[in-house]
Amino acid sequence: MKVLTRRDFLKISGSTAAGLTVSQLGFDLTPVKAYAAELTDFRIKDAKETTTVCPYCSVGCGQIVHTVKGKFVNIEGDPDQPTSEGTFCAKGASVFELVTNPNRLTKVMYRAPYGTKWQVKSWDWALNEIAKRIKKSRDTSFAEHNAKGQVVNRCSGIAAIGSAHINNEEGWLYQKFLRSLGLVYIEHEARL
Amino acid sequence: MTNNWRDIGVSDCVFICGSNTAENHPIAFKWILRAKDKGAKIISVDPRFTRTSARADIFAPMRAGTDIAFLSGMIKYILDNDIIQKDYVVNYTNAAFIVGPKYDFKDGLFSGYNPDKRSYDKSLWAFEKDDKGIPKKDPTLQNERCVYQLLKKHYSRYDLDAVSSVTGTPKEDLVRVYEAYGATGKPDKVGTMLYAMGWTQHTVGTQNIRAASMIQLLLGNVGLAGGGVNALRGESNVQGITDQALLYHIIPGYIPNLRASDETVAKYNEKTPKTTDPMSVNWWGNRPKYLASFLKSMYGDSAVKDNDLAYGWLPKLDDTQNASWMFMFDEMLKGNFSGFICLGMNPACSSPNANKARESLARLDWIVAMDLFESETTNFWMGPGIDATKVKTEVFLLPAASHIEKEGSLSDSGRMAQWRNKATEPLGESKADGQIVHELYMKVKALYVKEGGKFPDPILKLKWDYAKDGKMDFHAAAKEINGYFLEDITEHPVDKKAYKKGTLVPSFVYLLADGRTSCGNWLYSGSYTEAGNMMARRDRSDTTGINLFPKWAWCWPVNRRVLYNRASVDLKGNPWDPKRAVIKWEIGADGKGKWVGDVPDGPAPPMGLEGGKLPFIMKPDGVGSLFGPGLAEGPFPEHYEPLECPIDKNPMSSQRINPTVALFQEYVHTTCDPRYPFVATTYRVTEHWQTGLMTRYQSSLIETEPQMFVELSEELAALRGIRNGGRVRVSSPRGQVEAVAVVTKRFKPLRVAGQTIHQIGLPWCYGWLVPKDGGESANLLTPTIGDANTVIPEYKAFLANIEKLPEETPARKGR
Repeated sequence: MKVLTRRDFLKISGSTAAGLTVSQLGFDLTPVKAYAAELTDFRIKDAKETTTVCPYCSVGCGQIVHTVKGKFVNIEGDPDQPTSEGTFCAKGASVFELVTNPNRLTKVMYRAPYGTKWQVKSWDWALNEIAKRIKKSRDTSFAEHNAKGQVVNRCSGIAAIGSAHINNEEGWLYQKFLRSLGLVYIEHEARL
Repeated sequence: MTNNWRDIGVSDCVFICGSNTAENHPIAFKWILRAKDKGAKIISVDPRFTRTSARADIFAPMRAGTDIAFLSGMIKYILDNDIIQKDYVVNYTNAAFIVGPKYDFKDGLFSGYNPDKRSYDKSLWAFEKDDKGIPKKDPTLQNERCVYQLLKKHYSRYDLDAVSSVTGTPKEDLVRVYEAYGATGKPDKVGTMLYAMGWTQHTVGTQNIRAASMIQLLLGNVGLAGGGVNALRGESNVQGITDQALLYHIIPGYIPNLRASDETVAKYNEKTPKTTDPMSVNWWGNRPKYLASFLKSMYGDSAVKDNDLAYGWLPKLDDTQNASWMFMFDEMLKGNFSGFICLGMNPACSSPNANKARESLARLDWIVAMDLFESETTNFWMGPGIDATKVKTEVFLLPAASHIEKEGSLSDSGRMAQWRNKATEPLGESKADGQIVHELYMKVKALYVKEGGKFPDPILKLKWDYAKDGKMDFHAAAKEINGYFLEDITEHPVDKKAYKKGTLVPSFVYLLADGRTSCGNWLYSGSYTEAGNMMARRDRSDTTGINLFPKWAWCWPVNRRVLYNRASVDLKGNPWDPKRAVIKWEIGADGKGKWVGDVPDGPAPPMGLEGGKLPFIMKPDGVGSLFGPGLAEGPFPEHYEPLECPIDKNPMSSQRINPTVALFQEYVHTTCDPRYPFVATTYRVTEHWQTGLMTRYQSSLIETEPQMFVELSEELAALRGIRNGGRVRVSSPRGQVEAVAVVTKRFKPLRVAGQTIHQIGLPWCYGWLVPKDGGESANLLTPTIGDANTVIPEYKAFLANIEKLPEETPARKGR
């Protein structure tokens, strides 16, 4: 009897191709196909598939995101990804609830000194204010020389951390930005 | 990982210590089970019987923090029974090297120790060299000062009685493990060692991993399919972000960060690793090319010969400065930072001694945080016991996009960089972290243009041309990381071919030290070339038989899937185990030899043939280090007790703790303190991730793992009158947490140095913010102390007390 892998199963059950017989698979898939077709019709019919990678641990499991008119409607394991072969753990399976979570931050928030509440702010206001803070902290703490008189050109008044769950390109740009400011206190999760 | 996730599936023996793979890397665990299905032995060594242990052939319990003793016993077993892979050991390691006469070891200390500086003069551990500067060798391994003999002498002390007395592991369990794993010393048998934070988060973390590496070298298991030393990393892109150097001590590609004495590029390059051995490739000898190309990627046309490629614009650390995590928070507590940028992290729960981190945040003038959710860090000013009206810190909380709302690459634990495609627009007003960084940079730059300021050149002249109409183009950034030819090159020194200005370099082999190439990170050179985005490849074809899947995405370096693979073949280039060849030297029809299989560690022939090179190309001596004179605490791993231990004396020597760890001031000494009698350790659960910030908001996950708990043995529960499901308080000198008691057979008391030791374990995925009454972070308990080399905190072994709470006490938050 042919061993039916999950990958085969996903491909077969997701297809509408006729002609799969009991003898080919060793058992009758008709009810499964009917169920799969029902799901397809209701959930991801006409959905666009986009591949991505799970945001949790470092196994790198493949994910297929289904969107309809730009709206996130479903996520499944990517059967082609050679490590995960279409499977998820409990965390990977929670990504729909992660991304669509009502608690997600959707606006810039600001907490004033000695404040007791968050205030909603605009991006433009926040970025301008942050830039001013960065410049002030940098200009007041910048040292061209250390105690021994050696050239160091560093900003010792700002520390920065993060992050092991941003993409490589983002991380590279972030270190570039931080080092252009002169920061040396730069760390992330790898130290923990 | 030296190897990759799928590679575990072809191993003969999987040794798992310091990792609970089944629960923390559940999807990868199937590769372990596939190996088991094919007859591999699975070994789990852990203070607790985990779900990994449940699927293992052999489980050995141990006391947290005694891994070196456990592994040292294995080294002795391998040497005593002479089951090393001898050809491998003699030719591919420094076993035959002669160590100089100043090296010595007595009562826990190597020669050259300075107790005031808590450091060693490592020059005393140098090899004896011949007149060409090449280490002297005795391939017969008989010389009493050769590494092999010193190794034998050093580990002779770790007999079964001594090891069992330190680790608490019953002797028969030690023998079962040593025997099963030692069997992989045969050339056609391969074992893999898997570890995670259970090895790194100790005051001797680096030496834990060195001990494992030594075993793998002795058994000839490094470089082979189904072998290697494999760190199972915990975060989706912690490998990639380490590569990109969001760390104080390196710049991208593991190039050491600049120090004050490195005044110029030339001065910096004086430290380039060197060799005089013509057989050694010494790949790090190429470092000047990578530094120059990095500077060009930073400063573009502004990095010119006349300004030393703008080298002076990069910040420099003082020569001995340590700016790592715990030192950073020390400085923060002293009020030495006014600003703090916190991208996607939650130090209020993840820092050791988390109360200290929370206190430190209040000393800042401002915090900029980027995240998906509010966290215990962003909201620290409304945390337990804090009066917000007395906290000066301004907090800017910027909404970040999720992983499906942006594109870019991330590198899995096996160094494989896969491309994420963008599926939807960011939710609400959230933005990709990289987009936020871009916009912040543009605002800061505009301010310096308008107002001037301190040393503005590094900001004003930064090469930053990755956005179109204000939107970050991550492909442009990926190409910058890969690197470009910056000038027309008519005859490249590597292949005599011509390359056009503005084209992408094919790989780091083409980088130059004279400013004619750029490259953001040499390790990623080859990931995005003129042939396209290699990281986005989705070709599943694989005929290797060892699950390499060489055309799926892309792996650093140069798509090599198994590191040190030159050690997988004998001196003539034939695989030690032909059934699972990684590479093989084949003679073609033209009579010329070439490598087939995985991308080899360099094109040179195998070391036994003409023009052949030594296998470990990243090491100046070209071989694996059984004797490692580079680490802080000495060339051989030695057992030292965790900073907080339940016995007053190290059974192996008079040095109780690692003599080279930095001691932080506020540390409260609790060794053998009767108030804190139990060994505590921390871990994760499948349903939560790290501090839980990306899992505590999901109802499905909170339903399965709703609240803080502590696991303890039935014996300890009886001793303390604690019932399963009852509420308890766990405390250390630094803080306390309340938890539900999980009384379990998974923990058993151990006999250590003649006394009974109890261990308890806590997850660290909770925090006061969410869910309501879910409990607090276990890191309120953990000590401020770290590894002597990396300063990774010792989360995995400390002392604590556990006491029953009155039944009616409602769940309260810790503090």
